[in-house]
Amino acid sequence: MSQERKLRVLVAKPGLDGHDRGARIIARALRDAGFEVIYTGCHQTPEQIVQTAIQEDVDLIGLSILSGAHNYSFPRIMELLKENGADDITVIGGGIFPLEDIPKLKEVGIKEIFTPGTKLEDIIKWVRENVKPRRVDAA
Amino acid sequence: MGTKMFSESAIDRIEQEYKEWLEEYQKALQKLPERLERFSTVSDMEVKSLYTPLDIKNKDYLEDIGFPGRYPFTRGVQTTMYRARLWTMRMFAGLGTAEQTNERFHYLIDHGETGLSVAFDFPTLMGYDTDSPLARGECGRCGVAVDTIEDMQRLFAGINLEEVTTSMTINPPASVIWAMYIANAENEGYNRRKLGGTIQNDCLKEFIAQKTLMLPPEPSLRLVVDTIEFGTREVPRWNTISISGYHIREAGATAVQELAFTIYDGITYVEECVKRGLNVDDFAGRLSFFWNSHIDFFEEIAKLRAARRLWARIMKERFGAQKPRSMMCRFHVQTAGCSLTAQEPYNNIIRTTTEALAAILGGCQSLHTNSLDEVYMIPSEFAVKIALRTQQILADEVGVANVIDPLAGSYFVEALTDRMEEEANEYIRKLDEMGGMVAAIEKNYPQMEIADSAYRFQQQVENGEKIIIGINKFPSEIPPLEILKIDPEIERLQIERLHQFKERRNKVRLQKALDELRRRCEGPPCWENNVMPALIEAVKAGATEQECCDVYREVFGTYSDPASF
Repeated sequence: MSQERKLRVLVAKPGLDGHDRGARIIARALRDAGFEVIYTGCHQTPEQIVQTAIQEDVDLIGLSILSGAHNYSFPRIMELLKENGADDITVIGGGIFPLEDIPKLKEVGIKEIFTPGTKLEDIIKWVRENVKPRRVDAA
Repeated sequence: MGTKMFSESAIDRIEQEYKEWLEEYQKALQKLPERLERFSTVSDMEVKSLYTPLDIKNKDYLEDIGFPGRYPFTRGVQTTMYRARLWTMRMFAGLGTAEQTNERFHYLIDHGETGLSVAFDFPTLMGYDTDSPLARGECGRCGVAVDTIEDMQRLFAGINLEEVTTSMTINPPASVIWAMYIANAENEGYNRRKLGGTIQNDCLKEFIAQKTLMLPPEPSLRLVVDTIEFGTREVPRWNTISISGYHIREAGATAVQELAFTIYDGITYVEECVKRGLNVDDFAGRLSFFWNSHIDFFEEIAKLRAARRLWARIMKERFGAQKPRSMMCRFHVQTAGCSLTAQEPYNNIIRTTTEALAAILGGCQSLHTNSLDEVYMIPSEFAVKIALRTQQILADEVGVANVIDPLAGSYFVEALTDRMEEEANEYIRKLDEMGGMVAAIEKNYPQMEIADSAYRFQQQVENGEKIIIGINKFPSEIPPLEILKIDPEIERLQIERLHQFKERRNKVRLQKALDELRRRCEGPPCWENNVMPALIEAVKAGATEQECCDVYREVFGTYSDPASF
């Protein structure tokens, strides 16, 4: 069987902010686009997010944050992925980011940052073009 | 004898002429068709081209509209409304440390603000101190960090707490933060019976929308009733709850959903208080509300008018309230954060202005106007001043505060007000059938209704059915904008200060106070076990916010986001 498995995506909300409107819309849009989507819910620590990503064997993590705490949580998540040998998982971010923070987040390995007003179809297109399954399931 | 506004013969004649007009309208459209296939509000409620007496022919003036300050309060809760006193200009503010926020309070007061409103940072909102590992990177970012009674003292330094009223957006830890406010005021020599203000304290909408989660629904409700009971007896000028639609709306609800779920939350709180043995007319006068004012002008005005009538009828008919005050839906309004754009941010001034105008025409008691940069960050001084000036210009230059409820009698506004009330009542019946709001929350019902609306709106934006200037019409880039920066160093300083504070405490007094808090939490809910007196002693003894909340978490258990989408 050469059929590629569906992309598995973890939509995650690091930190303490409860602004989950965007995360839930993205989760739904990605599911409707044919991906398998797992959503963490709010208030996740970097440790919890990385653990879930590994357990669920995801190909992509989409981090949603609107509290301004990204300069702590994003690099920490990248560090933990590396420590766990899971840094081949693609990580992207969405939410509110001061423009000057974006290059710094990309430097630590966040592949793309989506800012307010981004179209869902553009995000879906980006995922299709840039994320491949980490491995094809034997079954 | 009813007080219908049109005679039957008048209605007949109007109906006849309306039909003729409609034919002319259709003919005219053949030459130049309507701009849109469908005209609808931002909540996707379809609206007609014209409203006439036919749309309100069954309305009874005294029964449905009436007079300001009189049942059913459609035209306003006060007899004199803005002729005697303007709404309170209350800007939500909180940034960095208590000192920085105090400075902002003084800045706003110096520029004519008339009430205070505190925004806490996320750790404070969630019941964690700044030194919690869960609080990393969050200190002072979306509000002010308050860990101890000393932070509270610094926050209100130089402000007369018997003169100003203070609103505090705090939910699961509301009892703790309120205890700190009262304790600090007493330390400063003020009388708790003279303190005025509001704690948001609305736990139900946290499960539904805002997701500041700490305890499961039942103990959360118990703490809400404790605060209402305590306020009724000891702090009579305090609004012990602000039943909030704001966050429900921001999460993507329609205007009707905001109205219905919020009013039903209100019903639930009243039921819980009655179960405790409180008399409706003793506490209902201190229930307050908090609505969103979104971008669709008439829909918001109608929603606010409908909210007053709906609540009045519920309090009278469902709960048998006797005092007019118990039936009044008094409310704060905030303009819609979710209507603002990061693209061309100066346009946000215009959005906020029309939303504020709707709030005023809707008869709000207090108002926060968003700053143009609030889509990025806590506002800069420059931006917040424009937002405050927006209210002042509307109050003093435009003339909209001169006449009470000036849109009453508009066929459209009255018809839309009716429709808001009717559709909200349908949800209320449904929630009754589901066994109440807690049962509905456990079934994820309101959460998914809101998620559906949010997703539908997003799709309508993407397909151009709903227009946002700068996003899907005249699209524009996000420009660099001078925004407020929170120094990451303040986190270290706040932690250092917290540790020094902890060292100075009398450990014996503190432990005794926390033990008493725990004993009360473990006991059956009643006045003798009301948490408030124990909390006031605990925070005076130096208990931090998290230490009190940890007692709650240990006794009542925790609740986490069910992560539905």
